[in-house]
Amino acid sequence: MIEIHDLVKRYGTQTAVDHLNLTVEPGQVCGLLGLNGAGKTTTMNMITGYLAPTEGQITVNGHDILEEAEEAKRCIGYLPDQPPLYTDMTVSEYLNFCAELKQLPKKERAEYIQKAVELTELQEVSGRLIRNLSKGYRQRVGLAQAILGLPDIIILDEPTDGLDPRQINEMLALIRKLGEAHTVILSSHKLSEVQLACDRIVILHQGRVIADGRPEELEQQLNAAATLTLTALADRAQVESILSGIDGISNVTLSGEDGQVTAQLEYTPSNDPRQAIFFAFADARLPLIELKTTTASLEQVFLSLTQEDAPETAEPAPDTASDVEAEPLPDTQEEEEDS
Amino acid sequence: MIAVYKRELGAYFHSMTGYICCAFLVCCVGIYFMAANLFSGYPSFAYALNSSLFIFMLTTPILTMRSMAEDRRSKTDQLLLTSPVSVTKMVLGKYFAMLAVLALPCLLFCLCPLIIKLNGTATLAVDYATLLMFFLLGSVCIAVGLLVSSLTESQVIAAIGTFGAVLLLLLWNSLVSYIPSSAAASLVGFLLLDLLLGVVIHALTGNYLVSGIVTAVAAAGEVIVYLVQRSHFDNLLPTLLDKFSVTEVFSNFASYHLFDFTGLILYLSLDFLLVFITVQLIQRRRYC
Repeated sequence: MIEIHDLVKRYGTQTAVDHLNLTVEPGQVCGLLGLNGAGKTTTMNMITGYLAPTEGQITVNGHDILEEAEEAKRCIGYLPDQPPLYTDMTVSEYLNFCAELKQLPKKERAEYIQKAVELTELQEVSGRLIRNLSKGYRQRVGLAQAILGLPDIIILDEPTDGLDPRQINEMLALIRKLGEAHTVILSSHKLSEVQLACDRIVILHQGRVIADGRPEELEQQLNAAATLTLTALADRAQVESILSGIDGISNVTLSGEDGQVTAQLEYTPSNDPRQAIFFAFADARLPLIELKTTTASLEQVFLSLTQEDAPETAEPAPDTASDVEAEPLPDTQEEEEDS
Repeated sequence: MIAVYKRELGAYFHSMTGYICCAFLVCCVGIYFMAANLFSGYPSFAYALNSSLFIFMLTTPILTMRSMAEDRRSKTDQLLLTSPVSVTKMVLGKYFAMLAVLALPCLLFCLCPLIIKLNGTATLAVDYATLLMFFLLGSVCIAVGLLVSSLTESQVIAAIGTFGAVLLLLLWNSLVSYIPSSAAASLVGFLLLDLLLGVVIHALTGNYLVSGIVTAVAAAGEVIVYLVQRSHFDNLLPTLLDKFSVTEVFSNFASYHLFDFTGLILYLSLDFLLVFITVQLIQRRRYC
């Protein structure tokens, strides 16, 4: 169990974490989500005792991270954003060193190492020098280090960073498995991953919590109009006139040349206009080649939350908001701008 | 602490660093031993050791440059600082690993007085006492290197800084003799030292008020003493700085065959002080 009260971290005049309150219950897989620079890594570094907070208090399983540092740190396994590896050691030497560093009981060390190696599937490379391993394997060695001794709390900073798609899936599966018996906090700026692995999502923005809840709850938070996309083999004027005759739709935007036009529009979820649109185009003998709806996804929640917040806090430089948003999900961002 | 110690010692001998340091020390002392003791028949091994002190300028930076800087650059300090090991134990683990590398050639040197003894008379007590001081002087240099290495992420800067600091230590005696002995010069020197103290306190605590007060109080005290009894300040600074001369302590053992107990204490306190400052600097960095 991790309790964070009024956590503040300032680097000079820059506030990285701003009065953050968070309690993570035992057995929870909690995903910290945020754009780059949202304060995820700084928060994790403070939970693990690598950095000291400017203000506020962190207790880990009841131990204050500054006052009872050793007891608190014993409960935590940490994989920082860059795996802390000694590249001149072999994997098994490194894990042995970590086991000793974490003061695991001598008799159980071999067993714990064996278990960590099995969970992260490092058996094949255990005799190789870390310097010769690929990025994916290095990440896994870092993870093995974090879960060594199966600590109560496992903190993973962007664990899927630099992995290939297959490895990402394996990593997420492993995190879910670990979540069955441990408290896991992981950070990411990729929402889809967090959605897959976590049963709680905390969205950070500029050092503050701006949303917190189960993935489904967060999706419900965005009860805005659903959007619909259609493509017809018609001219712009024709599409425009047909759509103007249909009730319950708004914010129509057209794109494409005469001959093939794509329209995006919003509608109230209670009143699905698809049937009306279909018949209207059929009556005009204009073929519809695409008709699809998109409901609000967590990605939109994320983007709308981070977007809403950006202008007020980033007032001196309003264009920074759009720069930042372009990063995680370029596809969705276009939709956001259009609507 | 033992985990860190074992890993560091292993790292020195996985790479060339440990071997190079040992080789340099053995070579350098070996040459003087051969020339002075074996060929010229001078019976004191202490003389060979005294002549080879300069080798610390070379071996210390090689040995210490990566100790702290490398961890910071490769982010392995995150592993060490988030593990249930206190910073003091971590730093001591590293320090003792470096001492162990230094101890290896020193153990070999233990044979040299015996070789002299085999061929005639030897001053065993003096030789072994000097060898102990040789090791301790090395430990002071290593503590300096440890401190410098904890200040930077760059091994090159750490090495150059350590070289400079060890050079200063070894030339201390000659440099102090250039300081003017007048009372006024001593006062100016002390005021500069106060300023330095203030800077160090600020670096450790980050508190302008505390460092300012300490500096002001010390400076005021000195100025008052100077105004009341000026003769106290005559030649005071050179005399005081002379007390910190590590090479003078060493020559007391090597040349004058004195067991300079205060010198021994000086070496040990320097070790303690430098390691302490290193620990404080690392603790302090978490609050930045």
